[in-house]
Amino acid sequence: MNVLVEILKSIRPEFDFTVSTDFLADGMLDSFDMITLVATLDKTYSISIEGVDITPEHFKNLATIARLLKKYGVEVT
Amino acid sequence: MNFTFQGKRISGILGILPVKEHSFLEDMRNFNFPESRSRKLMEVMGYDKHRLVEPGVCVSDLAVAGLQYLFDRGQLGRDDFDALILVTQSPDHFMPPTSNIIQGRLNLKHDLLCMDINQGCAGFVVGLIQAFLLLEQADVRKVVLINADVMSRKTSSKDRNSYPLIGDAAAITVIERDVVDTRIQANLKMDGTRNEALMIPAGGFRMPSTPATAVLEDAGDNNLRAKDHLRMDGSAVFNFVQVEVPPLIESLLAFSGVTMDSVDYFLCHQPNRFMLQKLADKLKVPYAKMPMNVVEHFGNSSGVTIPLVTAFNLGSRLTQERYRVCFAGFGVGLTWSSMLMPLGGLGFCEIIDYP
Repeated sequence: MNVLVEILKSIRPEFDFTVSTDFLADGMLDSFDMITLVATLDKTYSISIEGVDITPEHFKNLATIARLLKKYGVEVT
Repeated sequence: MNFTFQGKRISGILGILPVKEHSFLEDMRNFNFPESRSRKLMEVMGYDKHRLVEPGVCVSDLAVAGLQYLFDRGQLGRDDFDALILVTQSPDHFMPPTSNIIQGRLNLKHDLLCMDINQGCAGFVVGLIQAFLLLEQADVRKVVLINADVMSRKTSSKDRNSYPLIGDAAAITVIERDVVDTRIQANLKMDGTRNEALMIPAGGFRMPSTPATAVLEDAGDNNLRAKDHLRMDGSAVFNFVQVEVPPLIESLLAFSGVTMDSVDYFLCHQPNRFMLQKLADKLKVPYAKMPMNVVEHFGNSSGVTIPLVTAFNLGSRLTQERYRVCFAGFGVGLTWSSMLMPLGGLGFCEIIDYP
């Protein structure tokens, strides 16, 4: 999860992403940050997250993002 | 809904762009976001430069300049066309139709069908469908389709969701009968239940413009916009495009009996680079076959982006060569539509500056 936290912090350095269970509801990510995050994940892991997967429920917290990445064959621990 | 047309062709495309260029780096100063976040978005979305009209410039100004350019060069005769279709969301007035204003300003013949269509990002394909339908009439020999919008005049410069991507532009497409009985196929879908995803809430009869509707408000996302301004639900629009457009194109190709590989170019509406990359990935189309460079050079000018991406990337090659292209437009309404047709042997295919 550390890599994921670092990626999130590179987008919104002012937040601690380990303490929230809903980044969007807590105002830590907006829809444009989500797009920046997807672009970064795509590049970091050489994947292409499908457009239909770029929905708020996949970006709520570290666990949901990890679950989404698993779908693309990426394990984050 | 599927459409099939025969014996029609596009014979010329002219893009008209306001000469004034704005840069995202300058726009950024107006946004209520840290510069680092805006810069990241710039890289992902492909925001860079966009062309915007000077205050007071209207759709008819761009259209008249473009038509006059074609008349002056003999690329289009003043009396050669029998219908003038204008697709715009930013008419000069509520009434009369702006197509009539264009007719009047150029003193065009009275034996001319002038028609405004209120459509946005799918407006090029919708306009082509209308043009092909008109060409079924014996008296209609040639149709001029004008796509034009000056949406910057209805977009808040303090709205990072919309302002950096907006561009103003016009395009003139000439459509006529073809001696070759080539088949053109198209499909179209609309969903009015999602009409609020892209909207200008005030300024019509439902919510007339007042001093109150001109007040900038924070919509809760650090963007400042008034009810008089364009409001785009970015997440809803993104999801709409990713869910609806790939099956639309796949269904068109199946209906036409054509494989994805045999299409030379996918000339899509240009919302932003990220959205188009995701679309290409989903369809397994190489990026080289789906140009996505209009937003970074000119901005997103609604229904004008398909003729612009065509002229900008293929330009004079289309006067010599011939390609099988798939157009796809998607946006306000919501509306999504695609068309498969041969494109080439054009009399002109270029972009000019205004003024």
